[in-house]
Amino acid sequence: MSKKNTGIQDADAMSPRGLEPVETLASRALWAVKDCWTIVAQEFTHLVRQPGTFAWQLGMPVIMVLMFVYVFGSAMDVTGMGAGEGYVDYAMPGMFAMTMAFGLMNTAFAVTLNKEKGFMDRFRSMPMSPSAAVTGRGVADLLHAAIDLAIIAGLALVVGWRPGGNLAETLLAFGLLLWLRLALIFVGVYLGLLINNTEIAGNLFAVVFPLGFISSVFAPPGMMPGWLGALAAWNPVSSTANAIRELFHTPGIESFEVQYWIDGHAVIGALVWPALITLAFVPLAVRQFKNLSR
Amino acid sequence: MTGRTWAIEAHGLTKRYRGKVALDGVDLQVSAGTVHGLLGPNGAGKTTTVRILTTLTRVDGGTASVAGYDVQRQSRQVRRNIGLTGQQTTVDDLLSARQNLIMFGRLFRLDRAAARRRADELLEFFGLEEAPGRSPKWFSGGMRRRLDLAASLILAPKVLFLDEPTTGLDPAGRREVWQAIRTMATSGTTVLLTTHYLDEADKLCDRVSVIDRGRNFVEDTPAGLKRRIGDEQLEVSIAHPDQLERAGALVGRITGTDPVVDREENTVTAPVADGVEALTSVAAAVRAESVGITDIGLRRPTLDEAFLQLTDGSVQPVGDTALEGSKR
Repeated sequence: MSKKNTGIQDADAMSPRGLEPVETLASRALWAVKDCWTIVAQEFTHLVRQPGTFAWQLGMPVIMVLMFVYVFGSAMDVTGMGAGEGYVDYAMPGMFAMTMAFGLMNTAFAVTLNKEKGFMDRFRSMPMSPSAAVTGRGVADLLHAAIDLAIIAGLALVVGWRPGGNLAETLLAFGLLLWLRLALIFVGVYLGLLINNTEIAGNLFAVVFPLGFISSVFAPPGMMPGWLGALAAWNPVSSTANAIRELFHTPGIESFEVQYWIDGHAVIGALVWPALITLAFVPLAVRQFKNLSR
Repeated sequence: MTGRTWAIEAHGLTKRYRGKVALDGVDLQVSAGTVHGLLGPNGAGKTTTVRILTTLTRVDGGTASVAGYDVQRQSRQVRRNIGLTGQQTTVDDLLSARQNLIMFGRLFRLDRAAARRRADELLEFFGLEEAPGRSPKWFSGGMRRRLDLAASLILAPKVLFLDEPTTGLDPAGRREVWQAIRTMATSGTTVLLTTHYLDEADKLCDRVSVIDRGRNFVEDTPAGLKRRIGDEQLEVSIAHPDQLERAGALVGRITGTDPVVDREENTVTAPVADGVEALTSVAAAVRAESVGITDIGLRRPTLDEAFLQLTDGSVQPVGDTALEGSKR
């Protein structure tokens, strides 16, 4: 085929099509990582170009922090030390965990948007790693979550929260938070692929709010009516919140009654819950991704 | 393959979506280096055909190859040889025009320098070199679409698929995109484009396949297709209903046909071989006989009318868009 036009002709020389591609498992894995990184870079260019969206997504947790510390905080007595006493220390770790849970919406929304705008189809018609469109999103969201955490933790320090553990415990606590977020990324990817338009994706808060609130984030499940308390205690978000409270040596929590087995094994819960969620949702997300070519 | 090489070859493609038949045995053969139009109303199966040929959708039955590779078994090779511009314009509004092309270049696995070089070439090629740093958000519809086309040309694909490339564009935008497609075609790229505009197929395509309800109807050149669709129609709109009969008789006498008199629309329509001659004669006659008219003009049958004729009236024109609508 003759290519006589400018701009098209010399493309052959540089196109990978010229070389007969030898694809080993290793080279495919390498390309999957590179393609994934290209998508991550795209997401971060978005962040720089439109910091408003980023700020908007952070707005909710920030307002919560201020509300629960300054509006309701003084009336809250969860530690039995008196109204308002120690509530900042109790609520802040909960807030961190809740921020991770709310991130689920952003992941799902972004995946649905990519699908709706035709990006998913374009990517899938290209010789790139097919999964990169989705894994890139996941990695970008995890980095995004780390930035969110840093900002919320900074705010928490300003309002008087202090981690009581040593450096290793503190780092482990933040690690557990990201571990939860990672598991929820898979849930978000699955939901994003399942949902067909962003209008529905926008309604996901109806799922995410109970996940965030019916938990030990703002109050110990032991203070709730029995059935709700059971739900809240076994909520994965509670395990993470309680585990990091232990790691931050939050004052007063040792006085909580251990009603359910999970109450006494928060760190195990914070490790195992996200692992189970991941095991369940990775195959679901993969199947949903394959369903795109139905 | 013997003798002729087909850039696209499909036989008996069938596809169902939740029990609804989208494709019911579509055949397609496109010679390398030509522009081929896939013409049909909404729900005809155009997009489904393109999705199958671009490896996005699995086929239920039949075989298809693109650039010599089987779309089912060699999808990786197919993807390396095609470009796709789908119905939606997939450019990232938060990146600049140049950043968009570099990102796609990287995903097409060019190294950084090559991706940049290619982006600049394509911006120039598509007349976008003035706006490399601007966000496509501020582009006109035609410019956005050209950037979108540029992104599918990064690897100089052998076969380019354009799904309704000008839908939603204003006339200026359509002309820009047509010009871009013509230029690409002269460089030897095979183009398959879907459209529901007859004039678009006429302006761009070497050959046209008409499909409807997931089946082939006709394959021909645009000129041949127009011949099959039939003569031009002379349409006269009459000002006063009481003059309708007189106008009908007048048009019948001049054109030597039996015109259709529409009492609801107050129009007289007649097929004419020499449109301009008929138009001027009728215009002069209605003036001489003082018949008041509000409009007079020539038009080609619409696609819907054409489908009626192409299928001998045995199939009603498809008004339902349910199939197209239920697809992703």
